[in-house]
Amino acid sequence: MNALFSWLADPAHWSGSAGIPARLVEHLWYSVLALALGAVVALPIGALVGHGRRGGFLIVGSANGMRALPELGLLTLLVLLMGIGLLPVTLALAVLAIPPLLAGTYSGVRNVDPGAVDAARGMGMREWQVLFKVELPNALPLILGGLRGAALQVIATAAVAAYVSFGGLGRFLIDGLRTRDYPQMAAGAVLVAVLALVVEGLLALLQRAVVSPGLRGGGRRSPTATVGRPAPAPANPEPVPVREPAGAEP
Amino acid sequence: MIEFRGVTKRFPDGTVAVDGLDLTVDAGRITVFVGPSGCGKTTSLRMINRMIAPTEGTVTVDGRDVMSGDAADLRRGIGYVIQQAGLFPHKTIRDNIATVPLLLGWSKRRARARADELMEVVGLAPEMAARYPAQLSGGQQQRVGVARALAADPPVLLMDEPFSAVDPVVRESLQEELLRLQGELGKTIVFVTHDIDEAVKLGDKVAVFRTGGVLAQYDEPGVLLDRPADGFVDGFVGRDRGYRKLGFLSDELPLAELPTVRVGESAPDGWSLVVDPEGRPLGWVQGGGSVEEATVVPGGSLYEVGSGSLRSALDAALSSPSGRGVAVDGDGRVAGALSADDVLRALAASRADEAA
Ligand SMILES: Nc1ncnc2c1ncn2[C@@H]1O[C@H](COP(=O)(O)OP(=O)(O)OP(=O)(O)O)[C@@H](O)[C@H]1O
Ligand SMILES: [Mg+2]
Repeated sequence: MNALFSWLADPAHWSGSAGIPARLVEHLWYSVLALALGAVVALPIGALVGHGRRGGFLIVGSANGMRALPELGLLTLLVLLMGIGLLPVTLALAVLAIPPLLAGTYSGVRNVDPGAVDAARGMGMREWQVLFKVELPNALPLILGGLRGAALQVIATAAVAAYVSFGGLGRFLIDGLRTRDYPQMAAGAVLVAVLALVVEGLLALLQRAVVSPGLRGGGRRSPTATVGRPAPAPANPEPVPVREPAGAEP
Repeated sequence: MIEFRGVTKRFPDGTVAVDGLDLTVDAGRITVFVGPSGCGKTTSLRMINRMIAPTEGTVTVDGRDVMSGDAADLRRGIGYVIQQAGLFPHKTIRDNIATVPLLLGWSKRRARARADELMEVVGLAPEMAARYPAQLSGGQQQRVGVARALAADPPVLLMDEPFSAVDPVVRESLQEELLRLQGELGKTIVFVTHDIDEAVKLGDKVAVFRTGGVLAQYDEPGVLLDRPADGFVDGFVGRDRGYRKLGFLSDELPLAELPTVRVGESAPDGWSLVVDPEGRPLGWVQGGGSVEEATVVPGGSLYEVGSGSLRSALDAALSSPSGRGVAVDGDGRVAGALSADDVLRALAASRADEAA
């Protein structure tokens, strides 16, 4: 414990391109890139499939399939194919980000009160308006829940970048292991954990700020089962079957 | 005016929900679709705003086939109220109501001002404007649903069992409110319900559907109760139809003199009606002596002269502890008394008129 603290307190470890701040920035950078790439893939697919209200089994199936991929093996394979660089690292991490984002977006959109969606269409909203004005705002709690889950996973796993001789906080783990510098290893692990917690906290604040108060479940009753306060990170939010309004024919 | 011409709806699974429907909905009136569950009421209604496309035949609104032109444009011109209100949970009440005006491109300010205006029209307190649907009672949500459908002042209003999710007392007040509103607005309203009482109360005309989507009878409610077209309609309008029919007779009833007393005064023997200083009924006392507030027995329902029907007159007589129904004027002041016999005599007289 003391060795860990003295390692962390050593000013030499807080400067230069191999110092804690630089590694932290690298780590965050890979994570943000991977999350952005994951979102670009997962959000449109999840939203469109949820909007169409069919084909959900494809989403759940492919999300589960991606979860089952061995991360280290995937990263090694990508590096062998592309060489060491930012791209294989980002791709490998994005594969982690996609399942929770996809599942959150799909089930969020899919579970919006069918009465509200029907009313939106019946009042003369076009399909894109139904999606952007009604479905996505109501799905936001679950989408952000998916984002928080994805961020947690990506940040925790981004340490593997160091395994293929890349940067990030994982360097402290790998280098510490190689030189049997256990305080350095422990410091690396602690830093990753702290970073994950801080990001989780920031995203929780973001969720408070952007989700409509009408969806916070603070009211007397929730009109639908899914608008209550969402779990912070739904590991695998399965779509709940909901009754279609009679004769739903967009 | 809305017209169904030979309209059939067959769903992909082969279900025939509506079968050869021919029907004309009069402009400016309330037309009610009623029938047992699954008889195609909702399907028929949703073919008017093209939420469902007919398999055969045409539906026209003011002479235009609804299937021509753009669906979203058509729907923006037709108010639509659905059963569970279908409010947007993430929007405030004001923004829910402003939906269609905003879709039509009104400025935010104008749309919101219109929403505030409509909240008053449907009887919602202004402080509700900033609330969210989850913070409202079921009855209040239904009012928001109606306000939202009225926001862009569409000439046609479609209502699918809008009051079925609220308790009977709230339902009754919502029905009264709808009739009052319709008196002012004169919209073309198509109203779906499976409750025959609601149908005859609200409808200028009532269309009774039977299972399989076939129109069984289309008539004014009085005619429907009087002369059911067949055994199905007869069974559907039910055993109480004679009593219901009283609701459509509103002959002038002869009112008897009704002596009244006030608290503190001395009452004669028998039942006496106690009134407040303005002459409004408070209840009944039995037996002579000085009238104490504590001995007043609550009265029955009141019959409002002019606006009332024979049904409410009979109910006033039957529910009064003294056997004499209390008739009041528009200000709620006692106008006179009536008995069940008076009502039955009036009924016999109107029968005779009809036969003549
Ligand atoms: N999308 C659909 N696909 C297949 N069948 C349908 C569909 N929508 C409705 N139906 C069927 O069509 C028939 C009429 O349905 P509809 O919803 O119009 O009935 P309804 O009179 O409104 O009944 P309720 O009083 O229960 O609302 C029913 O048998 C129903 O099961
Ligand atoms: Mg229905």
